[in-house]
Amino acid sequence: MANKSNIEVHESAMLHVTGRALYVDDIPVGEQLLVGKVVYSPHAHAQINSFDLQTARRIPGVHAVLSFRDIPGENQLGPVVKDEPCLAENEVTFIGQAIFLIAAETEELCRRAEAAIKIEYEPLETILNIDEAMTAGSLLGPERRMGSGDVQAALSEAEYVLEGELRTGAQEHWYLETHASLCIPGEEREMNVYSSTQHPSETQALVAEVLGIPRNEVKVEVRRMGGAFGGKETQANHTACWTALLAHATGRPVKIRLFRDDDQIMTGKRHPYLIKYKTGFNSDGKIVALEVELNSNGGAATDLSFAILERAMLHAENAYYIPNISITGRVWKTNLPSNTAFRGFGGPQGMAGIENVIDRVARFLKKDAADVRFTNFYGQEKNNITPYGQQVEDNRLQMIYDQLVASSEYEKRREEIEVFNVAHEFEKRGMALTPVKFGISFTTSFLNQAGALVNVYQDGTVLVNHGGTEMGQGLHTKMKQIAALEFGISPERVKVNATDTSKVPNTSATAASAGTDLNGMAVKNAVETIKNRLRPVAADYLNKQACDTTSSEEDIVFENNEVFDAAKPDRRVTFRELVQNAYLRQVSLSSTGFYRTPDIGWDRDKGHGRPFNYFAFGMAVSEVEVDILTGHHRLLRVDILHDVGDSLNPAIDIGQVEGGYIQGLGWVTTEECKWDSHGRLLNHSPDTYKIPSVQDIPRDFRVQLLQGAPNPRAIRKSKAVAEPPFMLALSAWLAIKDALSAIADHEIEPPFSLPATNEVIVLAAEKLRQAIRNKQLVGGK
Amino acid sequence: MSDSHRKKSGISRRTFIKGLGLSSLGAATLSGEGLKGTLRGTGLLPEERIVPADGTEATFLVNGRKRKVRIEPRTTLAEVLRHRFGLTGTKLGCGRGACGACTVLLDGKAVSSCMTLAIDAAGVPVETIEGLQAKDGTLHPLQEAFIEHDAMQCGFCTSGMIMSGKALLDINPAPDEQEIRESVSGNLCRCGTYPHVFEAIQAAGSKSGIRKTK
Repeated sequence: MANKSNIEVHESAMLHVTGRALYVDDIPVGEQLLVGKVVYSPHAHAQINSFDLQTARRIPGVHAVLSFRDIPGENQLGPVVKDEPCLAENEVTFIGQAIFLIAAETEELCRRAEAAIKIEYEPLETILNIDEAMTAGSLLGPERRMGSGDVQAALSEAEYVLEGELRTGAQEHWYLETHASLCIPGEEREMNVYSSTQHPSETQALVAEVLGIPRNEVKVEVRRMGGAFGGKETQANHTACWTALLAHATGRPVKIRLFRDDDQIMTGKRHPYLIKYKTGFNSDGKIVALEVELNSNGGAATDLSFAILERAMLHAENAYYIPNISITGRVWKTNLPSNTAFRGFGGPQGMAGIENVIDRVARFLKKDAADVRFTNFYGQEKNNITPYGQQVEDNRLQMIYDQLVASSEYEKRREEIEVFNVAHEFEKRGMALTPVKFGISFTTSFLNQAGALVNVYQDGTVLVNHGGTEMGQGLHTKMKQIAALEFGISPERVKVNATDTSKVPNTSATAASAGTDLNGMAVKNAVETIKNRLRPVAADYLNKQACDTTSSEEDIVFENNEVFDAAKPDRRVTFRELVQNAYLRQVSLSSTGFYRTPDIGWDRDKGHGRPFNYFAFGMAVSEVEVDILTGHHRLLRVDILHDVGDSLNPAIDIGQVEGGYIQGLGWVTTEECKWDSHGRLLNHSPDTYKIPSVQDIPRDFRVQLLQGAPNPRAIRKSKAVAEPPFMLALSAWLAIKDALSAIADHEIEPPFSLPATNEVIVLAAEKLRQAIRNKQLVGGK
Repeated sequence: MSDSHRKKSGISRRTFIKGLGLSSLGAATLSGEGLKGTLRGTGLLPEERIVPADGTEATFLVNGRKRKVRIEPRTTLAEVLRHRFGLTGTKLGCGRGACGACTVLLDGKAVSSCMTLAIDAAGVPVETIEGLQAKDGTLHPLQEAFIEHDAMQCGFCTSGMIMSGKALLDINPAPDEQEIRESVSGNLCRCGTYPHVFEAIQAAGSKSGIRKTK
């Protein structure tokens, strides 16, 4: 059951449809505003021999041209490891690395100043991909290991052993709103920052550090972002710090909004992975051993690469109980922009590995892959301990599988596909069912905390401040609903404020799908505090009106914009009247709230513990038709059943599931980042980098939320949603592989990688057709 | 802009290109409208479509309101709308007419305002997202439908989506599935709200109650 009482529409819906919603670039600023520009490295790796900014600085209308020497504080932006200079000093380590900053009256003047900068580079050797990094031994940090059981023994005892490797590609975030920041200097050292950031507290900390001022002088405000998807978790800090440096240097408001091409060139992407595996399994389809090595391309700096690797490792077994497993993870250092968080945070890469293994095992055993998946699912009572020692509780896998296999008419369609494939030589259809089991919580356990500040005003309206940021995921809408439900007032009386570090301090990034879980509880906590102060006021108020003392605070209920005595429901007062009365009685109508996720903990070094508060589950069945001569494919039908507990807002949650799937679809099919041999990104605009358009979505798209599965571990029995559905798109990827596999009657493992671009598909189809021709030749002799 | 290259009789092609600047040259090569750009220097376009390198006063007709501003030859319609008129509902997503976030209606047709030179829009009716709501506050059926069908997440593509939808519904109030898909096929949404956008346009179309006459 969904949470009742309000199916609230998007809290900014009215603003969005009328064009009045403000993003950073839309904030009105006076004539004083200067345009900021970043001058970046054209070399993937080079030494800076010399530079001269004098000519550029003399251009009238150019107010500042800054190098690292002009940074008053620390020249450092690394969020975890301090290995990322704000502006390059003597060396550049990737194309797109910031070297100089310009503030001028117009964009045109910025360009003229850039052209007037003299700089001499001496190009150095580059490392551009995982293979080159492996050869050079270029690691970003120590190797990580995790596992359980005895893999070697299990491999030697298994009936069959398969090994291989899989490559997954980079993915550009392509948030519609590029990185943007507006900085307005206040009095003395104050800096007011408007930033499109998922992590205002970290942005605040880094702005303070580069300016060399304490954090209480920096205020970061985020009204909303035009999409983020992880791309603004750490890397929004850069634009904010650059802007702040220029505002500080000029004493005037400065705005930087990256042009699309620059944004794509300068910022990190989803980590490409090279996954090597060896698996042992038996003829019944049971996987008994898995040895997996996850190699990621971290780029030039650490950023969040190790946390992402950790999540990849924690999802390397996805929904399957594999008794003997060993997982090794490495982050390789290359001369690319530091790769960063992206929806799923390593989960997609980890899952792609195991889902491909299962697919291969099924083909080898000539079984339906869905059956092999079911055979290996985590069990309810037994076989339910993950490689890292956490029990899979409230396991929904079997429940979802049974419902989805039935509602998607899986078996009937499987037969139809076989008939179709026999009848068509150049069009092949394929189908795949894939599950998702995704752990919810930051794996860096202390980050699982959140704060809120709730103000009630005398007119009975409520202003909610919380530490989360709105990027389209509907967090503010859900916070508004939670505050309204808890206060028993209508949502129109609640407004969610822009996220502001001066209202709620020391917050975690809005990430890991945990925004609602963490901030929702903090909001609830603040509301509870205020309600507890209002209860005695209400009891006293009602008693005074009735001239007795029979109403007691334990019986006070907040509902329908009123506050009443549950024991004598005719004794009631409006919420507004009550808060006015409380004010007159000198009772505080404002409170902070706080929440920390209980009972989680994780020993990173031992690879053991309870990193997650709970798991989110989902499953998808995708069917595709592939033209094997061109590689063109279309999604015929997609059925999804996803678990969000008791949905706080089904419209938002379904939107997240569909949107996650569509974004994942881009990752597994059309989105391919290509670099040349110099490390230049070749496709840095939507002309050449193809995210899904309306023409790419499934013709028949059936998304359902799992009913009757409340989650005892989160706010109002709901579940996190943002990331998990992204990985449901692996079903589309494996459906394409299944269609290709039909070319050789499922006898041969198709060569395959991710994304399955038209090129990958055509090459695979050619190889399979060639193999058949060879076989026929041999057979003919 | 210096006007030292300016000829007495008008503008040399060299000055025109110089004045146009790099971004508009991109426009000239990439968009259909670009043809006009290349014709302009040849004198094949009416005089009022020529902007001297040092700029000119131009009158715009935005959402039914006349506004006069000084523009340079390189100025795009998106810049005029956002920076001069404060109509920031029109968004800049890619700056090269490939994402649709800056879609506005120019004489009823959906165009990428980042790829439209401001001078080409002078005197021609321009409709932006801000012009859709009636003065009394009544929403356009498309705006209502986008709210009702939850056809937005981050909202950054929403105004462009609605304007593309309006361009379609204005000439074809009851479009079929493929027509709707085509109408917004140039509008990217990274949040993946496409199914809802599709439903919203369909609902707004049928709400108008007029059947397609073909």
